[in-house]
Amino acid sequence: MNNILLIDFGSTYTKITAVDVEKEVVLGTARGITTVESDIMIGLQQALDKLFEENGKIEFAKVLGCSSAAGGLRMVAIGLVPELTVEAAKRAALGAGAKLIGVYGNELSEYEVEEIAALKPEIILLAGGTDGGNKEVILHNGKMLTTLGQDIPIIVAGNKSATPQLVRMLSAVMTEVVHAQNVMPRLNELNIEPAREAIRGLFLRRIVEAKGLNKANEFVDRMVMPTPAAVLKAAELLGKGWKNETGVGDLMVIDIGGATTDVYSIGKGHPVQRNVAVKGLPEPFAKRTVEGDLGMRYSAAALFKAAGTAKIAECGDVSEDNAETYMKTVEETIEYLPQDDMEKRIEIAMAKTCTSLGVERHAGQLETVFTLEGQVFVQKGKDLTAVKIVVGTGGVIVNHQCPTKILVGTLYDESTPQILKPQSPEFWIDEKYIMSSMGLLGEEYPDVAVRMMKKYIVRRES
Amino acid sequence: MEKSKVKVVLGVIGADCHAVGNKILNYALLAAGFEVINLGVLVPQEEFINAAIETGAKAILVASLYGHGEIDCRGLKDRCREVGLGDVLLYVGGNLVVGKTDFTQVRNKFLAMGYDRVYEPGILPDQVVVDLKNDLGIEG
Repeated sequence: MNNILLIDFGSTYTKITAVDVEKEVVLGTARGITTVESDIMIGLQQALDKLFEENGKIEFAKVLGCSSAAGGLRMVAIGLVPELTVEAAKRAALGAGAKLIGVYGNELSEYEVEEIAALKPEIILLAGGTDGGNKEVILHNGKMLTTLGQDIPIIVAGNKSATPQLVRMLSAVMTEVVHAQNVMPRLNELNIEPAREAIRGLFLRRIVEAKGLNKANEFVDRMVMPTPAAVLKAAELLGKGWKNETGVGDLMVIDIGGATTDVYSIGKGHPVQRNVAVKGLPEPFAKRTVEGDLGMRYSAAALFKAAGTAKIAECGDVSEDNAETYMKTVEETIEYLPQDDMEKRIEIAMAKTCTSLGVERHAGQLETVFTLEGQVFVQKGKDLTAVKIVVGTGGVIVNHQCPTKILVGTLYDESTPQILKPQSPEFWIDEKYIMSSMGLLGEEYPDVAVRMMKKYIVRRES
Repeated sequence: MEKSKVKVVLGVIGADCHAVGNKILNYALLAAGFEVINLGVLVPQEEFINAAIETGAKAILVASLYGHGEIDCRGLKDRCREVGLGDVLLYVGGNLVVGKTDFTQVRNKFLAMGYDRVYEPGILPDQVVVDLKNDLGIEG
């Protein structure tokens, strides 16, 4: 019995992948509608029926699941200085696969607490101060959170000296208060792994239940993590490899959705050129950013605003009016698919723009500084110019006839030389749409997951 | 329990790449029992400020060696006051101005900008340590 079923409860579709870990093959994939409002099992059963119809009945030794259903894991991150602990808290949440709905720094005001209450986050991550550093602000913020009037799970991951007091204070009004190591124990030192683990623990204990995902528990052995965390894990395995199974090296992953664009990078991102000083927070080896204003449907209007209608129209070689009309159509009718050649061109232009802006914000930047000793460069963020592989995943890219037309948006642009995007990468496509499943599989069979990704994620020239 | 060390922020301000003095000071301060948050070279004002806020540092030690000190250092005290760091000590030193200017003038200029101590070229790190301990009321 070597068959494993991997389930991704997405916001729209429940996607399943059946894998034989002995033969290291995908036995089949299928999808159903995600039915989290009624009973999550209905959509899953739908998908299973399809899978069995096409491949015959399969018995599974194990079933693992990840989820971004019911709005994903909605989090608020709080820190002190925007460029420091706020940024660190943000990265911890994003790395754990969360959807950030609010980010706050400095002392919280009463208005901000009201705002947080209205946002109704599922987890709050409270950071601030280095170890032995500022204590007042995080204590103030903890106190403010006690007035939320809601029972929200809180993770305290700030100045260690303030942690016990904060946990006591918050536990008096909240049922679930967890603490983790400081996300920034010393200045400019990032330590987000413990907070990420804490988020994941809470997700499994509390959020799965709150979202009605636990109905699948009788069937699913383990709901392992939020979907973006699974993709990040898969990307890291593919890049780094596992023990004797070598990885493919530094890479990026692009996943465009209806509402957001997720960008992942695996690699140190150290300067490629000489004479470069690195500034700012150190970068996580496996980094995820998500852009809430770049998407193909729900965020279509926001995308047009972010990029400018003119730019998208030019890219699609259509008039601005036509582009605008198409945007309104798809925003109103989420299921709408392009009908003619012009609409297809606009669709590609939108996806390419999501990619280029998403990568632009993810990649590091180079600033030129003129000193008495001559020109020097200051790098902030990751230098991705030498990245050799860009992987496209997610429905928009995977189901596209010419996905590389979208992925060229990742390329370095000579008109903006300060943005350190990949210069000459190969484009690989996750054709069977299995990356999140491979992240799940990687929990128990990392070497198999690496080999299967190397087999199933393929290079495309067009 | 180990008594927590007093934190000080150290860095070379502006578009200045002189790293040697910075390393020497870092060493001397560490040896004197301080916890040093060394921001290195090419440090903008806001980076000094952010570091001091987050770490709860008691002093900011600014170095400038390439002659643009006056422009780079101006306004730092005001920014400190603005973000609630009014009580944090501000020291400055290095080659603050180009050429042979009378140092009393230079000192007065920087004192007027709100710096608590202004050091002339050639000063030894020991002096800075002694001053810091005095100003912060640290024994020994």
